Amino acid sequence: MKKLIPTLIFVIFLLTSCKPVDLNATIPTFETGINPDVWANIPAGEFYFGQHNEIQKTEPYEIMITDVTTAQYADFLNLALAEGYVKVNGDQIVGYYPGDEFHGVKHEERVAAGDWMFIPLNDPSQRVNFDGKSFTVQTGYENHPMTMVTWFGAWGYCGYIGGRLPSEMEWEKAARGEDTRPFPWGEEIMRENANFYSSRDPFENMNSFGSRTSPVGFFNGKNYNGYVTFDSASPFGLYDMAGNVWQWTGNVYEGMHYRFMRGGSKDTYDMDLRIWTRNNATPTYFSPGVGFRCVRNSTD
Amino acid sequence: MQFIKDRFNYLFNSTKGLILVAIAMIALTTAIWGMLSGPMAEMGVRDVVIRLFKMDMVQAEREGRIIILYHSIAMAVVAIETYMITSLLKMKSFFKMAINSIITVGYILTMIFGMGFAYFGHNWAFHGVYIFGLSLIFFAGVLLVIALWPWRKEYYQPDKTFARTKKGVDIERVAFFATALTTVISALFGAIPGSFFGNGFEVFLAENIIRLPEKSTMQYSIIGHLHIMLALIAIMITLIIGRWLNFKGILHKIAMPLMILGTVVLNLGVWGVATPLEPIAHQIIYTGATPSMLAALLLLIWSWNNLIKKGTSHLVKPKFGDKIKALVNDPLKFGPTWQMLYMNFTTSFLGIFMAIRLDEIFRVWPAREERIELTGHWHALSAIIATIILLYYGNIIGLKGKVRQLYGWGIILFSDIALAGITAFEMKRLFITEAEQQPLVNGLMYAIDFGLGALLVLLAIVMVWRLTDLFKKKGKWTNEKKQELSEEVVE
Repeated sequence: MKKLIPTLIFVIFLLTSCKPVDLNATIPTFETGINPDVWANIPAGEFYFGQHNEIQKTEPYEIMITDVTTAQYADFLNLALAEGYVKVNGDQIVGYYPGDEFHGVKHEERVAAGDWMFIPLNDPSQRVNFDGKSFTVQTGYENHPMTMVTWFGAWGYCGYIGGRLPSEMEWEKAARGEDTRPFPWGEEIMRENANFYSSRDPFENMNSFGSRTSPVGFFNGKNYNGYVTFDSASPFGLYDMAGNVWQWTGNVYEGMHYRFMRGGSKDTYDMDLRIWTRNNATPTYFSPGVGFRCVRNSTD
Repeated sequence: MQFIKDRFNYLFNSTKGLILVAIAMIALTTAIWGMLSGPMAEMGVRDVVIRLFKMDMVQAEREGRIIILYHSIAMAVVAIETYMITSLLKMKSFFKMAINSIITVGYILTMIFGMGFAYFGHNWAFHGVYIFGLSLIFFAGVLLVIALWPWRKEYYQPDKTFARTKKGVDIERVAFFATALTTVISALFGAIPGSFFGNGFEVFLAENIIRLPEKSTMQYSIIGHLHIMLALIAIMITLIIGRWLNFKGILHKIAMPLMILGTVVLNLGVWGVATPLEPIAHQIIYTGATPSMLAALLLLIWSWNNLIKKGTSHLVKPKFGDKIKALVNDPLKFGPTWQMLYMNFTTSFLGIFMAIRLDEIFRVWPAREERIELTGHWHALSAIIATIILLYYGNIIGLKGKVRQLYGWGIILFSDIALAGITAFEMKRLFITEAEQQPLVNGLMYAIDFGLGALLVLLAIVMVWRLTDLFKKKGKWTNEKKQELSEEVVE
């Protein structure tokens, strides 16, 4: 029996690890002072692309200085529902997508024209609520990035406001500027630069719910009740281009249905926050750690 | 002076000394570099280690550093297996001396100068010496292939209880030969693209390109190389353990041809990845993996049966309990094959499950989740190979009595706890959502850290003991100087 005691203690310990997580635990609220309606101008020209600093070029464009917030997305859904741009389908909000060309490549899956899920409703991690008539945001999450949104939902939002999702190149140039830095703010990463796994920001509790999103533009050098952040804007003044949430990008590549994400998230180690790091998933994927921002053609 | 000369002679001129040095080098590397990632990074230990050792960690060079790190460790493992082979199998003394000398210089240069280049500023002379070290290991491999040539009469197997041809060719030796030969060829599948990509200094990790529909021949070659090298290291340790346990009889006669067939077909499949055969390469790989795994299963059945028979020979009618007791009586003899069995739960079954349900499950998840499975399963396989080596090493250094039990069971239990944790961590998305996973992740991390930490502590104790032994005039090392593994094959 004595020999069994350590094993029993170990098993009990592991079982206690399975305690349920309160996904609606109170979240601290902070006003960051960063306006999510602002867009930054990115000039035409060359920049260093990727880990190996390949020289690439873009046309001029504008990009949102923050991720799309839950409040912005809820406003969009209210308008779009009224206009018939989106509709309710069971426990999903769906919208029309014209489909992709299918090449029959190994592992490629067909993305046909039709209604595709924008966001799931009734998911415990969804911060946008729907009462059957209108969309509201869970209190405290208004200025947090919109998450639990599929690629179609991100694509639909950007299209609705007259923009589009950034291409990977556009995203990277906006994050990096015109030098070879690995992070939007410079060469090294500190906990006060971004929201990443175990970065000890005020929104995380690694003993229960783990890491949670932070308000957009939170890492701007402000002191939030004693929690001091570093100003971590990119050279073009964009916030959260590393950490907080992965961001969907717009490229549809030949022979694959996967869509690419950039920037790392609250759930990834600092290595995934490096500017060139890519992630991808099926366009129907949604997660509490995935959001997006939009670009539009330059008005200059 | 004589003091140093004697110890140096033992450490670099005897099989057991060479194995000790290589294990110590791996232990040291693992202890230091293990502090740069995972929970150690979270706790801030990484930053302390970087400052303490004045490491130069350029963000864009992370992938290159990792590649050099695991090549450094792998080369020491390859050296250990080579020492075991040259000590277990008959070969000309010139070959034995040449192979051991060249591979020792090779892996030590690879480790010291590779890590020096990767982590302590880019001194390109160091990179040159690192490549020279790898080249020496390759050359030692070529010599090993020549030394193992099985069709020389003096290497024929006279004992009919072992697998042999009608003429007497030792089929087990053919299996060693085939594995060594294919290892040397497969090394080229890494060396050539390594030179290609290294020329532009554009390193990448295979797990980061796995979903791209279009891969270049060189990229396929890298993916094939990393898979086959680990598989061949695993096959070789299986053969080594079989030789140590004196695998023979009818199961040996079935297993050895299967091992040869499996090794050759597996290699053809992996080489095929970089050729127009790519679309069917996986089917060839599965075809090759099956006989190899079956051969390992036959070794397991034979060795467990043997352990039970020997352990219950004093009983007229042994009960089930007696048989189990006999089976687990000696953890160092039971452990290697148990770990091979356990490997199926952490690596093989997982890999097969992933392959079967790839598009339905794993490719629905984001690439970063798939990366966890990919890196997890080959880390698990590497760890299992390491534990098998350590279990055999426990026997090599003659552990007896309670120490043998503690050491053996320590390695088995600590590693299996960690590996179970890693496997559950890899597969967690099957049963828990991202939002709800943190407490489970914490629990699994504690299990993994406890298992790996305890394993490293155990290894550190053995290393400290062996170090202090070297200071004794008539320490254990004096007896080990002349001992060969072939003299200690199980009767």
